[in-house]
Amino acid sequence: MKVSFFPGCSLEGTAREYGESIEAVCKSLDIELQELSDWSCCGASSAHSTNEFLSVALPARNLSIAERKGQDLVTPCAACFSRFKAAEKALTCESKVDVGIPFQGKINILHMLEFLCREEFSEDIEKKIKRPLKNLKAVSYYGCLLVRPPRVTDTEHWEDPQALDILISRLGGESVFWPYKTECCGGSLVLTRVDIIHRLNGRLLDMAREAEADCIVTACPLCQANLDTRQEEIGDKEGVSYDIPIFYFTELMGLAFGNKGVRKWLGRHLVDPRPLLESKGLI
Amino acid sequence: MELIGDKNFRDVVVDAVGEEIFTCYQCYKCSAGCPVSFAMDMLPHQVIRSVLFNQKERVLSSRTIWVCAACETCTTRCPNEIEIAKVMDVLRQIQQESGKQAKEPKVPIFHKAFLDSIKKTGRVHELTMIRNYTQKSGELREKLKTGEWKNDVRLGMKMFLRGKLKVMPPKCGGVKEVKKIFEQAKEHKKA
Ligand code: SF4
Ligand code: SF4
Repeated sequence: MKVSFFPGCSLEGTAREYGESIEAVCKSLDIELQELSDWSCCGASSAHSTNEFLSVALPARNLSIAERKGQDLVTPCAACFSRFKAAEKALTCESKVDVGIPFQGKINILHMLEFLCREEFSEDIEKKIKRPLKNLKAVSYYGCLLVRPPRVTDTEHWEDPQALDILISRLGGESVFWPYKTECCGGSLVLTRVDIIHRLNGRLLDMAREAEADCIVTACPLCQANLDTRQEEIGDKEGVSYDIPIFYFTELMGLAFGNKGVRKWLGRHLVDPRPLLESKGLI
Repeated sequence: MELIGDKNFRDVVVDAVGEEIFTCYQCYKCSAGCPVSFAMDMLPHQVIRSVLFNQKERVLSSRTIWVCAACETCTTRCPNEIEIAKVMDVLRQIQQESGKQAKEPKVPIFHKAFLDSIKKTGRVHELTMIRNYTQKSGELREKLKTGEWKNDVRLGMKMFLRGKLKVMPPKCGGVKEVKKIFEQAKEHKKA
């Protein structure tokens, strides 16, 4: 199976292990990811905070390339996904905007999580599992842009989404309930209001701990980076110490599949997940 | 009368976000669910009311429009389908076009550094973007003074050692087209 793949800007940098694990997992499932040729940035929050034309035209350029190719477009980043879906709606709705870039909405735009959770892969996924994630208690963290607003994302369950929870159980882990599935990590305020980032992420870490989870599972490079890189700072500020591994869902898939690169991916985290996984006998 | 160019401020916002905004009955649901309300000087439902009262200066000079994290919780939960998050966008756009100092000046400087990075290379190069932002926002100077730079360097080193910092800027064959989009965008201002 072939799809067009839009990696997004962070996959070569801060989210490198996300990219590496996606590649390995898709290879295991015989999915060929064809990187969109000459893709450019979706514009993220900065475009929609600055200029409406930019906020539609930047994603439209990529959508148009994908539509010409004629294959569905998959992206691993929740922010890119949300910008693409918003542009899709703006370009194809009744009062459609014209940015001089052709796009008719003939292809599907999917987030990597939604894509890999398609029914057609469920049997393959189950067959690939060599090492079920026994005893691993995880909370699913969807964040904002994967689900909101549903008019844009076409999500069915935006207050209590299930895809990650189902996947964790399918991989043999225990998906633990918590009420912060779709709370905000502060995303775009990452450099400008670090105090807000600390407060929002501190709340998430505290709640994960209260739910007695071993780890948090994400599907977004911004959420993972905020939660993983800030734990020491937040701990210093509050006089507590946090040590909660933050996984990309594809890393857990790769772990369960017994993919080769797992240790390398995990070695890129700031909060080292290896001691936890060793204690559970998973690596 | 609060004008933008020759247009009424309220009409500019309504044109961009839709007439649903007139149906706001001040139920506070947007404000109740907002994750950053603690850092705001006006709550989202107050912003909506102020827009309807055409209080241009009041909303544009607020802190709220900059600390809003664009999480879309308000829009998702509004019983009247009002695009509150989009109202915030439009207000940020109008404020940036005004050229006046923002209440949280670092946020628009961040957006500019981010967009400049796209304009230059077609994709964001995290390192270049962060360097431009810290210089232009005065954060570099502040941090050198307080010694806080040491924490940033420590975090940066950790990321670098883990292969999470891409040193070379990305190569994207679409730069020319992206530059054209930025040129066209100049003609599509709100005012
Ligand atoms: S949730 Fe909607 S109707 Fe209620 S106060 Fe906010 S904008 Fe108005
Ligand atoms: S989009 Fe902005 S105003 Fe609305 S809930 Fe999120 S942070 Fe608050």
